[in-house]
Amino acid sequence: MNDDILSVLTKYITVEIMKQPNRTIDPAEALLSSGLIDSFHLVDLGLFVEDQFGVRIDDSELNASTFDNLNQLAAFIQARKPG
Amino acid sequence: MPTFSDILKEHYEKTPERTCVTILQPGKPDLPITYRELFRGAAGYIKTYTENGVVPGDVVTLILQHGVDVLYAHFGALLHGAIPSIMPFLTEKLLPEKYRAELAALVEVTTPTAIITYPEFEAEVRAALKPGEDSVKNVIVTDRVHGPMDPDMTSFGGFQRKPEDIAILQHSSGTTGLQKGVALSHQAILNHLNNYAQAIHLTPEDVIVSWLPLYHDMGLIACWLLPILMGNHLVLMSPFDWVRAPYRLFQAVSKFRGTLSWLPNFAYNFCAQKVRDRDMEGVDLSSWRAITNTAEPIKWESHQAFYERFKPYGFRYEALVTSYGMAENVFAIVQGGIDEPVIYEDIDRDSLQTRKIARLAEPGQASIRMVGTGKTIPNSHIRIVDSKGHDLPDRHVGEVALKSDCMLTGYYHRPDLTAKVFIGDWYLTGDYGYTVDEVLYITGRKKDLIIVGGKNIYPQDLELLAYEVAGVHPGRASAFGIYNESTGTEDVVMVAEVDCDDALERQKIADDIRATVTRGSAVALRYVHLVKAPWLVKTSSGKTARSANREKFLKEMQDKGQVY
Repeated sequence: MNDDILSVLTKYITVEIMKQPNRTIDPAEALLSSGLIDSFHLVDLGLFVEDQFGVRIDDSELNASTFDNLNQLAAFIQARKPG
Repeated sequence: MPTFSDILKEHYEKTPERTCVTILQPGKPDLPITYRELFRGAAGYIKTYTENGVVPGDVVTLILQHGVDVLYAHFGALLHGAIPSIMPFLTEKLLPEKYRAELAALVEVTTPTAIITYPEFEAEVRAALKPGEDSVKNVIVTDRVHGPMDPDMTSFGGFQRKPEDIAILQHSSGTTGLQKGVALSHQAILNHLNNYAQAIHLTPEDVIVSWLPLYHDMGLIACWLLPILMGNHLVLMSPFDWVRAPYRLFQAVSKFRGTLSWLPNFAYNFCAQKVRDRDMEGVDLSSWRAITNTAEPIKWESHQAFYERFKPYGFRYEALVTSYGMAENVFAIVQGGIDEPVIYEDIDRDSLQTRKIARLAEPGQASIRMVGTGKTIPNSHIRIVDSKGHDLPDRHVGEVALKSDCMLTGYYHRPDLTAKVFIGDWYLTGDYGYTVDEVLYITGRKKDLIIVGGKNIYPQDLELLAYEVAGVHPGRASAFGIYNESTGTEDVVMVAEVDCDDALERQKIADDIRATVTRGSAVALRYVHLVKAPWLVKTSSGKTARSANREKFLKEMQDKGQVY
């Protein structure tokens, strides 16, 4: 399950946020503290995650203290998913 | 001519129970502060300042986020006769050692007597200081400040300040920006507030809603000093809360019947794209009479997107208004959209770019839509001048020169920088523009400056960071901004010449540049473009010619079919 989430997230981040579709992202690679994603993109990412995975995320939840890499974000989504 | 203290005292005596600021805190009840509470809180700070050896005329540096502490600390400093300067807060992106270096540089040039911060940030601040060597006598921590107390105004040093004395310092961030502390006198600021209040037809009923940071003129003047000194209710939320949940701005306007806001252009796109319907239920924006777009280039498309998105909630098109200004003039120079509708026109692109003349485009011609920033506010005057300082007629592009009764006293402790920007009593803004029937249009910048989301970024600071990366040689990187239509602001591009051919190694260098620049400046690079030498265009003195590199980059991208 997590692999699906990871690949969807990777595609969104490399294509829509980083504008480098050929880029790969290691699931343990730092995303926020490294500057790959900045605070303006967090809202986008939150909206995308809500629409894509059918989970509800409050605005205070997605930030550098809840995740910094794809593994952490995928786990967060997994825990939120119904059923 | 009064000073800030005289004006504040009048509010305290005449309307002590009037709410001057309501602080919004997510997850907690709103916090209204009356003028009485403002004075009592400030009095606690004044006692603390006195005990810590801060005397009138001293600079105090505030490293505080939006909240009651910064309110009491800032107005306490003003009423004490000290000169407050607000330093941006450390974000998670910025490396602590870079922040320390910036703070040390700020201390060196502005020589504050004290720094005020939170207990959890004290160690970070102390790490930047050199006890016994620098000017700082004490780091004042908010939990050790005297609580609110009855003010004894006879002891407030602020009442002895003269109108021409410096009231506040204002810095932009980054190594270069911190060197230029804009020193503004009581008189300059009060002249500006009076002129600007006329330009926007400010009435006591106006309610200002803001999330803007206080280390930028738009936030510090329009959405802090203006309402609190003029007696208008200010509804304040933190920029960190807004960027996470932009809908809060709309809920706040609806709840408090907000009438005025100021926003940089990117915020129009950001709000139009990122606010969900579910967060807009019951929101009524009909009270909003003017949102002023300023601090970065104004785009017609951004206004349209904002209007289309918020029209169903009672938002009025006439509320989208414009301005152009800078800290050196306290804040605004022109204002548009209040007395007459905002004006825009389609300009012949070739004529503008090659002949520097803003000719109206014929049908079918490639054109650029320009939005007028407005007409000068009372007591500010502009000229458009060529490189020799001669006046240019309407529709001819030149540098915008400015004269007013609200100019800066100077860059604090930097007379060398001050001397560079004046020709006689005219201040050269470093921005290019043209006028048509007194309306000012801004076309570009003479100075190499990138503006992202209203924040000024000096490319040389970013290039210095890139040179720290193994594989990048000093002098062989160039940073510049490119307008992004979707976000409504500039993307930052870094082009660097590297020698190696290995794809993996190049990817690593690109990642390192990204990480080093972000961690060193809190600026996220959108594109890192690695090239083979010789690619970069240099000036005759060997410096990178950023605008030429920008053109070259754009052309390469266009040839590859990627158009920005």
